[in-house]
Amino acid sequence: MADPMRIRAQAAGDKATVRVLMSHEMETGQRKDSAGKVIPAWFIQDVTASHNGKQVLAAEWGPSVAKNPFLQFNVKGAKAGDKISVSWTDNKGDKRTDEATVS
Amino acid sequence: MKTRREMLATSAQLAALLAGAGLLPSAAQAAWNSAAFEAKTMADLMKTLGGSTPAASKEVTITGPDIAENGAVVPVGAATTLPGVKKLLLLVEKNPSMLAASFDVTDAIDANINTRVKMGQSSNVYAVAMMNDGKVLFASKEIKVTLGGCGG
Repeated sequence: MADPMRIRAQAAGDKATVRVLMSHEMETGQRKDSAGKVIPAWFIQDVTASHNGKQVLAAEWGPSVAKNPFLQFNVKGAKAGDKISVSWTDNKGDKRTDEATVS
Repeated sequence: MKTRREMLATSAQLAALLAGAGLLPSAAQAAWNSAAFEAKTMADLMKTLGGSTPAASKEVTITGPDIAENGAVVPVGAATTLPGVKKLLLLVEKNPSMLAASFDVTDAIDANINTRVKMGQSSNVYAVAMMNDGKVLFASKEIKVTLGGCGG
């Protein structure tokens, strides 16, 4: 299991800004190790975000998203106390879901 | 004598043809749209995603630095003020796979997403908005990279 994500969700007016920092290598499959062998690709493919259990965002990522990916988006109508959960799946089938409360 | 750019375009067309015919095994994966992530040009990408010819638009914005010191971490954002957005895409023109990320936008989300991408070299970066009515709009920005993010 991968390290937990850091999620911060802050309400501002009628929406909430959600910032997510995921912990992932995001290996492209282009690099070579010191022995000259290609390091196999290992990256997050699918990301979903939900607001109080209802999915609001789905994303597909390629290997060119940076290591330890950062993601920021605004959820309309989210207020303090609401739950924001974010999940990802990588190309090895590893999964991670974390939840945060809007403040 | 063909230029490198023409060669690349030809090979990309061939790859798109093969992918379309289901000859490339990776095109068979269901959930993740690998064909889209193998597209090398905007036209190929639109073919795999079923979009129309992209048009430049002032209502789509891309944010990012003019010069990125470290190509491994380049903060970019895609946004549009238009209603009825279906997908937001972030493309890096000269990366091995052009499509960096694709976001399915719902009504509950502002069409304004920021993330960080890797860039192998200085290149144009595109924010593409695919609209519900089938239109495809984009904005581009050149980001110069002083240290590549794809090297060993």
